[in-house]
Amino acid sequence: MYDIVNYEEARSVREAIELLRANPGARLIAGGSDLLIKMYNGKITEAELISLRGIPSLKEIKMEADGTIRIGSGATFSRIFSHPVIQEHVPVLAEAVSKVGGPQIRNIGTIGGNICNGVTSSDSASTLLALNAGLRLEGPDGTRLVDVQDFYLGPGKVDLRHEEVLTDILITRENYQGFGGHYIKFAMRNAMDIATLGCVAVCKIKDQKVIADFRLALGVAAPTPMRCPRTEEAVRGRVFSEELLLEAGRTAVTEVNPRTSWRATREFRLQLVEELSKRAFRQAFINAGGVFS
Amino acid sequence: MIVKKISFQVNDRKVALEVDVRASLLDILRDSLHLTGVKKGCSVGECGACTVLIDGEPYDSCIYLAVWADGKDINTIEGEYKEGKLSKVQQAFVDEGAVQCGFCTPGFIMSTTAMAQSGRKFTPAEIKRELSGHMCRCTGYQNIIKAAQKALED
Repeated sequence: MYDIVNYEEARSVREAIELLRANPGARLIAGGSDLLIKMYNGKITEAELISLRGIPSLKEIKMEADGTIRIGSGATFSRIFSHPVIQEHVPVLAEAVSKVGGPQIRNIGTIGGNICNGVTSSDSASTLLALNAGLRLEGPDGTRLVDVQDFYLGPGKVDLRHEEVLTDILITRENYQGFGGHYIKFAMRNAMDIATLGCVAVCKIKDQKVIADFRLALGVAAPTPMRCPRTEEAVRGRVFSEELLLEAGRTAVTEVNPRTSWRATREFRLQLVEELSKRAFRQAFINAGGVFS
Repeated sequence: MIVKKISFQVNDRKVALEVDVRASLLDILRDSLHLTGVKKGCSVGECGACTVLIDGEPYDSCIYLAVWADGKDINTIEGEYKEGKLSKVQQAFVDEGAVQCGFCTPGFIMSTTAMAQSGRKFTPAEIKRELSGHMCRCTGYQNIIKAAQKALED
């Protein structure tokens, strides 16, 4: 039995906000694959839960008229992976969410939960960072938009106020059209493991070899998921080459601040940052239509 | 204690229950409905022993609140043996010697059953991926994969 002292089911986002206002100690539950485990382990006790599971609008995935891809916060990893809009326009996100846990976890875990729990090892967060995703938050006074990058305040801490609900993740057309990307999850097992390091590169190619745009994002390389702005700056506008790959890897290492944990040492993670940045960049280049000269 | 009335289907049988909001689906399947083929392993969604099908898709019932089962169609291993006959998936597990201690078997069979019912074709790599949320501590994976492949042949 889980330590639950109150349980409410919201029928709409409005109702969820009302319930949050009325219950200062309450927390939202979507898939539960993080929250229930924290409760099982005694890290959360006497939980007052407000379930978002009965709100159909939070599960939607669609392309808006202006080309923006909108993913409801309650969309599960399985739904995102198999959705035609994601498969066609943002295959790198499909790839990233396919690395979460195992099939049963992907059937229950939601992308909103994966972001709101604020962990650096989130498989979806680094890719959303690389895609400059926006987050729509609904609160008592209306909605506000936050860049996913600004949403992360620290380990386990995000810019979500008590009376707010993350409703949508938005990826605008200029942030996915023409891009190719690649996500690498390094873990001890191929399934049911948490990333030792996560690395995603997305790029846009001009004339088959010039890097018109480049973004590199990492998980577990710092207390929160992060972008590598110096590496991106160094790579943009350059012609792809083996030397450029080496330079990208070397620069990325200077931007990160991983820690030693029981999973891996800081030194090992630094080596992974350098190596995986190169591998992700190379594959992203190919996926974006780049040709080796 | 807060209770909620829910109704759902288990193995084609309609069930109406008052459930404690603190209970997992695993708790009520085993303790209220006595479907003890659903195994309790890790309790945290890592081992897959408690896997059941909910509307045809595999879920870890240990990290699925019982109240969420309202209105759902649930299948457990108990529903696979029909009219004195093992299902095709069960028979394949027997034929391939894919059962050692047997604790992980109901979960593996339910995930394989979901694959079989989807009507899709699966490559060997996809079969491994779909079964990757299950652990067999006898490490009988080779025969389990063989059994799944056999069950998914037409």
